Amino acid sequence: MIPQARLEIQKERVVCHTRVQRNVNLEKLQNGYLFPEISMHELQHIRKYPDAKLINLGIGDTTEPIPDIVAVSMAEYAHALSTVEGYRGYGAEQGNKALRKAIAETLYKDVQVKDSEVFVSDGSQCDITRLQLLLGSNVTMAVQDPSFPAYIDTSVIIGQAGDFEEKSGKFGNIEYMNCGPQNNFFPDLAKTRRTDIIFFCSPNNPTGQAATRQQLEELVKFAKENGSIIIFDSAYAVYVTDDSPRSIFEIPGAKEVAIEVSSFSKFAGFTGVRLGWTVVPEELCFSNGFPVINDFNRIVCTCFNGASNISQAGGLACLSSEGFMAVCSVVNYYKENAKILLETLASLGLKVYGGENAPYVWVHFPGSKSWDVFDYILEKTHIITVPGSGFGPGGEEFLRMSTFGHRETILEASKRLKNLFS
Amino acid sequence: MSLTQHLSTSISFSSSSFLSSSGFTFRNRDVSLPSENFGICRCVATPQEEKTTYKTKVSRNANMAKLQAGYLFPEIARKRNAHLQKYPDSKVISLGIGDTTEPIPEVITSAMAKRSQALSTLEGYSGYGAEQGEKPLRAAIASTFYGDLGIEEDDIFVSDGAKCDISRLQVLFGSEVTIAVQDPSYPAYVDSSVIIGQTGFYEKDAEKYGKIEYMRCNPENGFFPDLPKVSRADIILFCSPNNPTGSAATREQLTRLVQFAKEKGSIIVYDSAYAMYITDDKPRSIFEIPGAKEVALETASFSKYAGFTGVRLGWTVIPKELLFSDGFPVAKDFNRIVCTCFNGASNVVQAGGLACLSPEGRSAMQKVVGFYKENADIIMDTFNSLGFNVYGGRNAPYVWVHFPGLSSWDVFSEILEKTHVVTTPGSGFGPGGEGFIRVSAFGHRDNVLEACRRFKQLYK
Repeated sequence: MIPQARLEIQKERVVCHTRVQRNVNLEKLQNGYLFPEISMHELQHIRKYPDAKLINLGIGDTTEPIPDIVAVSMAEYAHALSTVEGYRGYGAEQGNKALRKAIAETLYKDVQVKDSEVFVSDGSQCDITRLQLLLGSNVTMAVQDPSFPAYIDTSVIIGQAGDFEEKSGKFGNIEYMNCGPQNNFFPDLAKTRRTDIIFFCSPNNPTGQAATRQQLEELVKFAKENGSIIIFDSAYAVYVTDDSPRSIFEIPGAKEVAIEVSSFSKFAGFTGVRLGWTVVPEELCFSNGFPVINDFNRIVCTCFNGASNISQAGGLACLSSEGFMAVCSVVNYYKENAKILLETLASLGLKVYGGENAPYVWVHFPGSKSWDVFDYILEKTHIITVPGSGFGPGGEEFLRMSTFGHRETILEASKRLKNLFS
Repeated sequence: MSLTQHLSTSISFSSSSFLSSSGFTFRNRDVSLPSENFGICRCVATPQEEKTTYKTKVSRNANMAKLQAGYLFPEIARKRNAHLQKYPDSKVISLGIGDTTEPIPEVITSAMAKRSQALSTLEGYSGYGAEQGEKPLRAAIASTFYGDLGIEEDDIFVSDGAKCDISRLQVLFGSEVTIAVQDPSYPAYVDSSVIIGQTGFYEKDAEKYGKIEYMRCNPENGFFPDLPKVSRADIILFCSPNNPTGSAATREQLTRLVQFAKEKGSIIVYDSAYAMYITDDKPRSIFEIPGAKEVALETASFSKYAGFTGVRLGWTVIPKELLFSDGFPVAKDFNRIVCTCFNGASNVVQAGGLACLSPEGRSAMQKVVGFYKENADIIMDTFNSLGFNVYGGRNAPYVWVHFPGLSSWDVFSEILEKTHVVTTPGSGFGPGGEGFIRVSAFGHRDNVLEACRRFKQLYK
């Protein structure tokens, strides 16, 4: 039989199909990725109301300028690339030595993370995918419910997740750890099935909740008992106000059970600049004793070629004493935004969570469908938010508002919300 | 940790210390790895001091266990560093990893500096960009490289480089497809295929992974696969101008390749990272071939054009006409991957990319490419004059030197030991590379001349 590419007559045009089967995992994804979907709603709304002053409290995108000292360091580095002495080609895939050292010494000082355990990246979303590549399709995973969509979506793409079940709104092989007001947004671990991998984000996106030291000790104990690996997302650590841990490695024993992923995005306004890191402790081993760090290094050397050297120069400036102070003051600006929104919503009698340790407020509308609330608020106030169900079935009835934005915008948003809900 | 704690422990970094040699890696790849055992698969952690090493119950990914050694270029770097330790005073010249060495033209770096500065202003600040890339850059790529080929702005996906794109394409295709590669080929194709789970085990005798179709490319077949002898694979990875052989496929050859893909219903992943190095009239894009849009996607990079090896920028083109067997457009799935597994290339870097494609930028890139091509000429002449059979070099920044009957790692070691020049052993690119050495043509002119002097000494 002579193999032939399939031909199909469509609208009087001959369309050629290859004979390459579409990846079934991609077929399992239910919609587009959440945030582009939100953007589509935004565009539709703009078309409907071209004169409306849209306020975006949807995607958590930073809005305030990057401090001078950081921008200047990147500009200087870029200029230097035009000189013989300053030109640099390929960098180490694991990241610039000085930056790895600065991350370890500035952000993990008291928990003895080595610079050799720090892998610099172009951001968390990419790191999560590289971790999934590392772990492969035969591991099981648990996520908080609700959670940052990339955990589940990458799990589906890599083939871990099983089939989507319409009724529950869940993927069959994933363990969803419900986090809501009823359990203080910390999973009931006694009721949680063992999985190989546990994704845990604290401070949490979308609920804004930061886990306590005691809760994280419980989590580490749970992981140890089950022989699981925690992937701890600490992207919002710098937003912690109280004494909640800023790193999983503050918990004794965590180095044997956890990987930590973090980012300069919400820390330094680097959402477009692209810089993050992952910490893989040397002590972390697979069941056969093989160090996870060895395999992650291999992934990083094969599937990646390092973060941009210019972005890394910016990162290093962020961790200098002056730079750190400057980026923290921007973080404080967003935290003040959060306070304003929290107060507004609370004053309206709404049930609000988060906002104290994270740039997100999580508002409960009991009995309502989150997309309906999303649409209602968008229609009546021209404010974009994110419907909680976009983060998993546990997000239904909730709405996430991000607290990035110029102060005037936040104040205007507060005004409009007051008008709508009072 | 409180802010004051941070301040008391933070390190002061001035930009000068950042740029200094101790702070940053050189052209030489400083691979900082946790232990000397890296790259060698050690399956069991050795217990120390009667302490039981805790192990999780998570099974290691069997695909990772299939990989034979570390990725090729860090291995080369390791050998280089070991050599430097042995001969600390030797002036090692790196013609191994294809790392660009010449400064980036100012028109390009000032655009990146300007964008960086703009980020500290209210009007100039931007956060998340479109994951597919900034519109003006996508448009500029489409018009510059694919102007009359019917490729549109929205067919372009800007990335942080070809290596990352290759892996994202593997994630897209999944573990159930089969691949064919040229033999020899750029190691990321095979390695990423192993990692995603498309391959069988490594077969030591053949030096090949099961389930991969290796398409031998050698002097006998003009470095183009003997297609009638090639078994069908879903995905055909094809690089032209080729890394490592330096050979560029002719229009006739690529027409046959497209025809082959069409007949087999395969998808060609065409790597055109070195297209700007073409001297003659060989095609610079697979889309110059009629019918290619229905069977091919193309990946490319600013790395070797603009010296962006550290800056990180590339792109992938996926025509709307490219469909899976069920009619689903490949571009739609790739878009989903890009939105979920990636978050766009750095905005500062994309500004640099746009400057690259301005008339001034293009002319500046041509100059730098021309410089490396002169290096390649010098290297080729040297080996030719020594009586070697030399390939490549004319359309690519790589010279492929034949050492018949010899082990390429042995030749690599001898050259390193006796001339302190780092090259790349051909077998690192697959069994078809055995008996060859790749000499890359990046380097300062004086280093290239000095290396050639030393080759002449060794082989006269």
